[in-house]
Amino acid sequence: MPTSDPCLRIEGLIKDFGPVPAHDGKMVRVLNGVDFTAHQGAVTALLGANGAGKTTTLECAQGLQRPDGGLVHLLGRTPHNAGPALRSRVGIMLQDGGLPPGSKPLPLLRHIAKMYKSPRSVDELAERLGITRFADTGIRRLSGGQKQRLALATALIGNPEVLFLDEPSAGLDPQSRQVVFDLIAEERANGLGIILTTHLMEDAQRLADYVYIIDAGRTVAQGTVSELTSGPNKRESRDLVFDAPPGLIFELPEPLTIAENTPGRYTVTGIISPTQLAQLSAVWEATGVLPHSISMVPRSLEDVFLDLSGRTIS
Amino acid sequence: MNAPASLPRRILAHGAYETTVMLRNGEQLVLAIILPLLALIGLSVTPLLDGFGDTRINVATPGVLALCAMSTAFTGQGIATGFDRRYGVLRFLSTTPLGKAGLIYGKAIAVVCVLAIQVIIISTVAAFMGWRPDPGGIPAAILLILLGAAAFTALGLLVAGTFRPEATLAVTNLLWILLAAAGGILIPASELPQGVQPYVEILPSSALGEGLRGALGNGSLDILPMITLVVWAAAASIAAIKWFKWS
Repeated sequence: MPTSDPCLRIEGLIKDFGPVPAHDGKMVRVLNGVDFTAHQGAVTALLGANGAGKTTTLECAQGLQRPDGGLVHLLGRTPHNAGPALRSRVGIMLQDGGLPPGSKPLPLLRHIAKMYKSPRSVDELAERLGITRFADTGIRRLSGGQKQRLALATALIGNPEVLFLDEPSAGLDPQSRQVVFDLIAEERANGLGIILTTHLMEDAQRLADYVYIIDAGRTVAQGTVSELTSGPNKRESRDLVFDAPPGLIFELPEPLTIAENTPGRYTVTGIISPTQLAQLSAVWEATGVLPHSISMVPRSLEDVFLDLSGRTIS
Repeated sequence: MNAPASLPRRILAHGAYETTVMLRNGEQLVLAIILPLLALIGLSVTPLLDGFGDTRINVATPGVLALCAMSTAFTGQGIATGFDRRYGVLRFLSTTPLGKAGLIYGKAIAVVCVLAIQVIIISTVAAFMGWRPDPGGIPAAILLILLGAAAFTALGLLVAGTFRPEATLAVTNLLWILLAAAGGILIPASELPQGVQPYVEILPSSALGEGLRGALGNGSLDILPMITLVVWAAAASIAAIKWFKWS
């Protein structure tokens, strides 16, 4: 990680919503101690299942919501109700865009560019993101992916120092996804601090330098992708996946764990040595099971998430 | 380090943007041009306004200009802002350096631009129909229209910022019809039953209608309608700033 001052620092963030009728009219604590730090020139991802508090965390960081406790510093300032000066240094791509449905892409982008003293070239950015191909279609008639690219363009047009992306690859076809990912990598190399949320492990694994995992409103793990996916004692741990008749129960020695995620497909986690592999094969021998197929796979962020929260992310 | 464009530049840019949005909207244009023209024709071919002035068109035109200010500033901007809020457009704009001042003054500029177009078209058509305003009352009339636009824009933003968009649609349209029919805007409040007159006279619609009829009819500069409009504009602005929800 770079050692410079963080562009975003969140400590012990608390946020209550409500009063909620479904909870006897009481307040509900949706964030209960989120820690998160992001630096310039790096992509920092916020991972979590739906409802874990990703978007609320992001909104507090962006200043769109007022935190009920904890500390939030964006470029060294408190972002809540930020004025134009801070807004001009921060690019925000909202999850549902909020693009005015009655406008057209290119005029909107030109309009937003006028809000900045020294914006990027509208034409160049529109060309880069393929917006010129639908420049004169009304925004209400654009596809989800087209809106997504336009929203990214409006976030980048002001040459920000920090860029927030909420689920950046949602609705994108593989080609536009590649364009967007290349652009993110380029902006990262230019020194932008990029903060993104995603529930797609693949995106986080491809893009992120550093990952924070939140669950039930708290930060439960953080690290680089390789730190998070390596085993408890920091050696590369792998999963072993084998196929056998469904519904079998295996008793494995510590620290191995087993799960039958789909019927007949078993995943064993925690294998870090050939000895443990031998122990597993001893269990097969004892139960008289001969797997149809066996493969070793590196642990993914998905597995890490499953371990931490006991459920899948998507 | 990037910086925002200066506030005047942001306000002007947003004013121009909101103006094109308003003018491109078909339903809005019907509300802005066709309805006032229909009202103008309707009031000059029926005997509704007989007895209030020298000619029907001289009494009808100031009222129709007041109606324009009310429909553009209150109904038009209220509904547009309500749906901007629903679609997250206000939220999106709040992530840019536009700022609250940029948004509010930008919308006000758009209202004034559209209103200027309406006034030119309606006045021209009315002049062909025989309207002869008192030239001495024109500066006062312009001031009254601007005050009316301010009061009705603030009221429209207040409704849009506190009600759901569907409710905003219903409330602004209903009030528009009620005020147009019995709010002293087209038909002088003195025509209404004695019991409701004092209440109608303190409405912004009546203040604007009466003020314009006085200024353009005989060049009279009545201060009371102006004060009424200033009070409405101030009260509605304070309430809008206090209760307006951006998302």
